Amino acid sequence: MAALLRRIRRELFPTRGDAVLSVALLGLITLAGFGFLHWALFQARWLVIQANATLFAVGRYPIEQQWRLWLLLWLLVAATGLSWGVLRSHPRRDRTGALWPRNDRLAAVLLGVVGLWVPWALGLDLSLQSRWWGLVILLLLVRWLAGRFGRRFGSLGPRLVALTWPVLYLLGMVLISGGLGLVSVSPSEWGGLLLTLLEASFAILLCFPLGVLLALGRRSELPLLRWGSVLYIEFIRGAPLITLLFLGQNILGFLLPGGLAPERVWRAAWVLTFFAAAYLAEAVRAGLAAVPGGQFEAARSLGLSYPQTLAKVVLPQAMRVALPAMVGQFISLLQDTTLLSLIGLMELLGTARTVMANPAFLGKNAEVYLTLAVLFWCCCAALGLGSRALERRLDPQTVPSST
Amino acid sequence: MIRHPFTGLQQCGVVRKLGMALRRSLLWPLTALLAAQLAGCASDSGSGVQSQKMATINGRGKLVCGVDGKLPGFSFVGPDGAYTGLDVDVCKAMAAALFGDPGKVEYRDLNSSERFAALASGEVDLLSRNTTMTLSRDAPGGNGLSFGPTTFYDGQGVMTPVTSGIRTLKDLAGKPICVESGTTTELNLADRMRELDVAYTPLKFQTGDQTYAAYLGGRCIAVTSDRSQLAAKRTSFPSPDQHVLLPDVMSKEPLTPATVNGDPAWADAVRWTVYGLMQAEELGITKANVAEKLAEAKANPNQADLRRFLGVEGDFGRQLGLPSDFVVKSVAAVGNYGEIFDRNVGPGSKLKLDRGVNRQWTDGGLIYSPPFR
Amino acid sequence: MGAENEPAAKGVPPWWRDRRVLPWVVQAVVGLLVLLLIAFLLGNLVRNLTAAGLLLSWRWLNQPASFGIAETIIPFDATMPYWRGLAAGLANTLRAVLLGLVGATILGTLAGMASFSRNGLLRGIARVYVEVIRNIPLLLQLVFWYFVVFLALPNGAAAVQIPGVVLAKSGLYLAGFEEGVRWTVPHLVNNVWQAPLRVSVEFGALLTGLIIYSGAFIAEVVRGGIAAVPRGQWEAASSLGIGWLATLRWIVLPQALRVIVPGLNTQYISLAKNSSLAVAVGYTDLYSVAETTLNQTGRAVEVYLILLGAYLGLDLLISLLMNGLNRFVQIRER
Repeated sequence: MAALLRRIRRELFPTRGDAVLSVALLGLITLAGFGFLHWALFQARWLVIQANATLFAVGRYPIEQQWRLWLLLWLLVAATGLSWGVLRSHPRRDRTGALWPRNDRLAAVLLGVVGLWVPWALGLDLSLQSRWWGLVILLLLVRWLAGRFGRRFGSLGPRLVALTWPVLYLLGMVLISGGLGLVSVSPSEWGGLLLTLLEASFAILLCFPLGVLLALGRRSELPLLRWGSVLYIEFIRGAPLITLLFLGQNILGFLLPGGLAPERVWRAAWVLTFFAAAYLAEAVRAGLAAVPGGQFEAARSLGLSYPQTLAKVVLPQAMRVALPAMVGQFISLLQDTTLLSLIGLMELLGTARTVMANPAFLGKNAEVYLTLAVLFWCCCAALGLGSRALERRLDPQTVPSST
Repeated sequence: MIRHPFTGLQQCGVVRKLGMALRRSLLWPLTALLAAQLAGCASDSGSGVQSQKMATINGRGKLVCGVDGKLPGFSFVGPDGAYTGLDVDVCKAMAAALFGDPGKVEYRDLNSSERFAALASGEVDLLSRNTTMTLSRDAPGGNGLSFGPTTFYDGQGVMTPVTSGIRTLKDLAGKPICVESGTTTELNLADRMRELDVAYTPLKFQTGDQTYAAYLGGRCIAVTSDRSQLAAKRTSFPSPDQHVLLPDVMSKEPLTPATVNGDPAWADAVRWTVYGLMQAEELGITKANVAEKLAEAKANPNQADLRRFLGVEGDFGRQLGLPSDFVVKSVAAVGNYGEIFDRNVGPGSKLKLDRGVNRQWTDGGLIYSPPFR
Repeated sequence: MGAENEPAAKGVPPWWRDRRVLPWVVQAVVGLLVLLLIAFLLGNLVRNLTAAGLLLSWRWLNQPASFGIAETIIPFDATMPYWRGLAAGLANTLRAVLLGLVGATILGTLAGMASFSRNGLLRGIARVYVEVIRNIPLLLQLVFWYFVVFLALPNGAAAVQIPGVVLAKSGLYLAGFEEGVRWTVPHLVNNVWQAPLRVSVEFGALLTGLIIYSGAFIAEVVRGGIAAVPRGQWEAASSLGIGWLATLRWIVLPQALRVIVPGLNTQYISLAKNSSLAVAVGYTDLYSVAETTLNQTGRAVEVYLILLGAYLGLDLLISLLMNGLNRFVQIRER
């Protein structure tokens, strides 16, 4: 208690001037907090979110086909639980091998609370609510099982996990768009969070190899490759994304023969990909620059070929350095998907616009925008947290840091 | 004649073959990705018509129709996800004429600034989105569209809150006016206000949603658009009786479905399907009695006009590249022009618009179908 | 003959593995592919544009625009040609970018400095500001500012009044000198506010959004720069009896600038590009005018060339200025 008081004193009231400032700030914060709470609890009409929850989640995806998305969600949750558990069952030196470390217990409780509260707050009917509870239970159950028995499979476990995700991604594509015996659902009917995540994940996955190639091209000794990469990167980075998106929508039709121009949802996804690749290339280039030239020479003198040197020696080190910047790019890519609403796609913000044009919910802007902001904040913050965790994991602790 | 460049079928064939080769190879999961992206690609199982566009549509098995999507009465998505409205019914009639099924339409919501690009790049087959026919939009040196028959004769109006005290256009001097960018209304507003020598502030928004949101938010004292659109939007306001339309009509706005220039066969098919709806009203053929009339025509060889119109004799359908009974199919699907009007914007709707100049020519209106012969 | 050459060939690698030839082969192949791709695209473009009767031409720039623009800093009306409209749009963009740069720099520097304050509360607020703003899309913030905050402002006498400033739905009114000499504060005339300086709420929303968003990123840049200054500098200043603010202002910031300026360059360029989102809040910037022009003339390719050229030029200008500043900052190093 005394320690707490001392701490408060040190942090808030170190000098007289600071004390005045602190009191003023505290007053302002309290005032703003109460104002917001009053609005959120008594004035806001959250019905607009409750009534349109499905629209925000998947857009106009046909109701009779939505079981496919549920199936995908179950699979995703199971895969998440599996990865989580397997990663924990292979403890590192700096960690106790506890099955449920403190952070995990916290995360589990948080998940439980969110899983119970959100469906209830949205006023979903009981069958839907129970599905959400089921998802949370599945996640924790798979997590427990994988953590408990994951070590028995030895190094096979992590490899299996690494394989699960790409397979699941392709399977998800089939489930969402149809094919292989499933009724096809046209991309123009995808919307909401589904479309946002789809566009972002597609662009993130594809811009990665493209960005690495561009970065290598920019550092290449071959003048044509180098200048080509420089030209591309600087051109893309000089233009606002919105002009490129409109280029994709309005001019691509002129550049390609008929029928070759992809559906506009995919067209936008490709534009996002090519856009993000240029930025990613710069992040990777910084990472490459941080790898000492000796590494390359040493690898070559050991008889590794150029591709082997890149893949086994240079790129892994460069990626570790470039990781924070790359994740930063992925986060801004996720945010940039909102621009798709300006070209008429029904991603989260586009869906929000149609919802607010509905006469029944006219003028409910604040509720809708605030919900979207919270949603985006959670997604982006989660990406940031994940990146920091990955950074720590990849940090070679055998070498003491030099600074 | 210029052949339209956006519908080359050969390239599509190549891509399909590529897709099949991929499917045979071990990369089949990739085909799901590829297939999803080539949804617009057509097969070339045409119906012996010279139109590339129609071959594309037939191969795809459905019509892609560009609509507004947020305009009650013309095109609007209900809570059940179904599209309704006058513009939508034109799409449905067209799908019924092509496939005998009004449900074979895929709708694309387009805002006013992207609609022409969507049509030009082949993204939509038919633009049925309260689009005004003008010279520059029609001319090959301008937007290069091909317009069908006008489905709604409209004029530009101004809406303002009752409490604003504005009674004529001149009262708008120095006031902000909300307008959707990329529309004829934006230009007409500038022209008319210049004629009247009235300075004003145009507040432009990309979409109708934003335009009306800003108007309702009180940012502008008036909003201008087609009178029918204003009336339609007003029905969705919290208190519709608090807003009035000024009596001034600024311009002629013939709202007309459009196709891309350079495929006359497809344009003709659209043109005569729409005329069929108008002719059906003139002949008293309705959704309810079309089957009866067809039986009557079949039984009675003397009713040559009716027999030709309903495709019992002659080859009008084949000449257009459509089934011979395309009129029967479209009227059976959506009713005649009068029924469409009444149901969507007339007495049968919330809008309760008067037929006005949109009456049949026999009643002194402008709806006039050339003869089917 | 083949048998005779075989032993010699063993010592010399075949030509496709020759280190001198290989790079050029790779380049030739890549170059050829790129050229083929460009030729293919350009061929399609020319063919399609010819078919649509829209082959490259710039004569339309001199035709009357016949649309109006709400607020311009260079005079424009509907009778003027398209190029004047585009120029007015560019001027509007420049105005937003310039004011945005100044505002975001001030806000970002303050927030970056606050994260080194002794006051824990101030540090916390700076942290929360950066973390919240950076993780919410700018477009969402812009529409929030416009549709939720600025459109909710009252009009007339009920407007929000701060001495010298009036915030109303019809605009933001600032006090200033009228006719060069007379200091005038905003006042009501016939229930309409009059003031020497007025900006629209559209511009206000755009500027607010840009400043707050970019400010968060700049705060991170500033924080990184200050963190790069060795702690010993702080301690030395403190032992000399120099106050916290003075230490920051006179000792730490000048050194931090060397790290900060390159980072600022990136942020400034992205602010300039982000200003094109003005179209979402009804402010008529270059992009908005270009879109209208495209719609009226159908000249997609020409309009985009202008648009891309203008933004690339703007970025280049910012880069040049910042490089100059960078050199200035670096020279003072000893």
